[in-house]
Amino acid sequence: MNSVIMDNIARSYGDVRALDGISVQINGGELFGFIGPDGAGKTTLFRILTSLLLPDSGSATVDGLDVVDDYRKLRRAIGYMPGRFSLYQDLTVEENLQFFASVFGTTVDANYELIRSVFQYLEPFRHRRAGQLSGGMKQKLALSCALIHRPSVLFLDEPTTGVDAVSRKEFWEMLEELKAEGITIVVSTPYMDEASLCDRVALIQDGRLLTVDTPTRIEKSFPKPILSVRSARKYELIKALRAYPFSSSVYAFGESAHYTDSRSSVDAVELQSYLRDQGFTDVTVAQVDPGIEDVFMALMT
Amino acid sequence: MGSFRGFIVKEFHHIFRDYRTLVILFGMPVIQLILFGYAIRNEVSDIQVGFLDPVRDELTMDLKTRIDASSYFISKGDYDTLDDIERAFQDGTIREAVVFEPDFSHKLRHDGSASLSVIADGTNPNIANTMNAYTLVIVRDFQRDLLADDTPAPAERGIVIDSRMRFNPELKSIFLFVPGLIALILMLVSALMTSITITREKELGTMEILLVSPLKPIQIIVGKVLPYFLLSFINVSTILVLARLVFHIPIRGSVLLLLAECLLFILCALSLGILISAKSKTQQTATMISLSGLLLPTIILSGFIFPIDSMPKILQVISHIVPAKWFLIIIRGIMLKGVGFEYFWKETLILAFMTAVLMTASIRSFKIRLD
Repeated sequence: MNSVIMDNIARSYGDVRALDGISVQINGGELFGFIGPDGAGKTTLFRILTSLLLPDSGSATVDGLDVVDDYRKLRRAIGYMPGRFSLYQDLTVEENLQFFASVFGTTVDANYELIRSVFQYLEPFRHRRAGQLSGGMKQKLALSCALIHRPSVLFLDEPTTGVDAVSRKEFWEMLEELKAEGITIVVSTPYMDEASLCDRVALIQDGRLLTVDTPTRIEKSFPKPILSVRSARKYELIKALRAYPFSSSVYAFGESAHYTDSRSSVDAVELQSYLRDQGFTDVTVAQVDPGIEDVFMALMT
Repeated sequence: MGSFRGFIVKEFHHIFRDYRTLVILFGMPVIQLILFGYAIRNEVSDIQVGFLDPVRDELTMDLKTRIDASSYFISKGDYDTLDDIERAFQDGTIREAVVFEPDFSHKLRHDGSASLSVIADGTNPNIANTMNAYTLVIVRDFQRDLLADDTPAPAERGIVIDSRMRFNPELKSIFLFVPGLIALILMLVSALMTSITITREKELGTMEILLVSPLKPIQIIVGKVLPYFLLSFINVSTILVLARLVFHIPIRGSVLLLLAECLLFILCALSLGILISAKSKTQQTATMISLSGLLLPTIILSGFIFPIDSMPKILQVISHIVPAKWFLIIIRGIMLKGVGFEYFWKETLILAFMTAVLMTASIRSFKIRLD
């Protein structure tokens, strides 16, 4: 059963085309991720799906409700957590939660079971003002508030941006638990490493879809072996790799550089000796499995 | 807890936790009333006056004593030459001088007329005019007493002075200011605060969440506005009580009618606030629009301080769209003249019409989406 259906959605701001024909179908109960860098159009897409913006063309339904025509019913059915922390900083944790419960015509007690796993972290800070919480805590509170009316679809726009590594991990664990409750979760993130935590992901860039599939299949779709090359002089290393006659693509990847060869097979030893000749005495070369980011880089160019 | 009640509770939390808002809300009316009541006065008292009196006989002494004895003036004594007077003006010893002509008493006794000139420090024209007028009154009284038997009192005097004494015998400017102050404070609290509180939600991103909730726009608007409606009403009551107790300003007409008209004006100001917030994205914009677009007209074009009759035609026309202008006519009528509804039902109707238009416009312009 499809929970969210997007059909050729386009939206521009003046001359800037923020979304250019997005069509995706998200299954009920799925944890679906939109992965892409800042400015890819993720927030615009989420705002259209939550009825906050109108698409220029195309249509979308969430749980069978049209995002334009049925916006009133839709707003009752979904939960939305905007990218920016958007709770009342001068209200306490408890007051924020109670406010959002009352707005949706429910009570904190009625749906406490659903948010318990999230809210347990916040329990000690019940009476603290939201503005004085840490980034991770704010994010958990925002999630609790978005969940308090037991939505059938949850939209989380970059929930882990600006949150520490431990909180990020906790957050994804919470999403797993919510998925088990049968809630469809649509999440966006600029972090490629979070893609593997989703059931399926859509890679998005400049308002266009690059690909939609499970993270594993996307990784497997990468056609070539990848060599991870390391040296203390990374910048010069990348220049030297690009100068290598058989190089197909070279890009920085964290501490190392990822290299693909234009030939069908690749010889790590040969590359290493080439680099040593170029004066990179500390160089190491190892074959690695392609990740989402590699696919992304390949699809972008 | 109903969604609307929850909203109201939240709004009161915002208001009571933001001490700056609280200070503005409750401190400002008191401070302004005291400022306008004590500091900014058009009436004069204890004006230092000097005399150039070559005659120095019984008659001139009598007049000088009368001037000194009035509460408006304090005599700084006689000066010998006009140059001395000039110096006294320059170093601020005196602010007014009365100069008698050399044969003042003789002429007055024999011709029935004599001249004296009143020189006033014109740096503040309002005060200078007032000083002049007061001096004139004293001189005329003096003249009337002197010539009581032969000449009837000049007729034109009574009209001018009597008409001003009707409602404000001592020409107290606080009488003039309090109604204007009510208008000003209601504009400030209702329009400015409402526009700020709504744009704050936009700025903080919480409006996004409110929109993606089952709350209807009308619920958001009323929820935002209702607390300020109550606070504005408390403010009006505070000002009226203070004005009565501290400045002894009368409310000659019906208090209930006064409060009802205040409520109408509050509604009008709140609608303006919502309209401004619908048009602005940030609190700063909302503040700027409120201050320049509402407060200035309320102070300048409402007849609060400057009489509308003496404005250029174009400003008089513009003043018609300033709600405070109509409101001022109404509450001055109730407070100072003690007249009933039949004297200002037209103004009330205009104000009600403005409120209806603004409210419709503000609710229509409230967006259900982000763009």
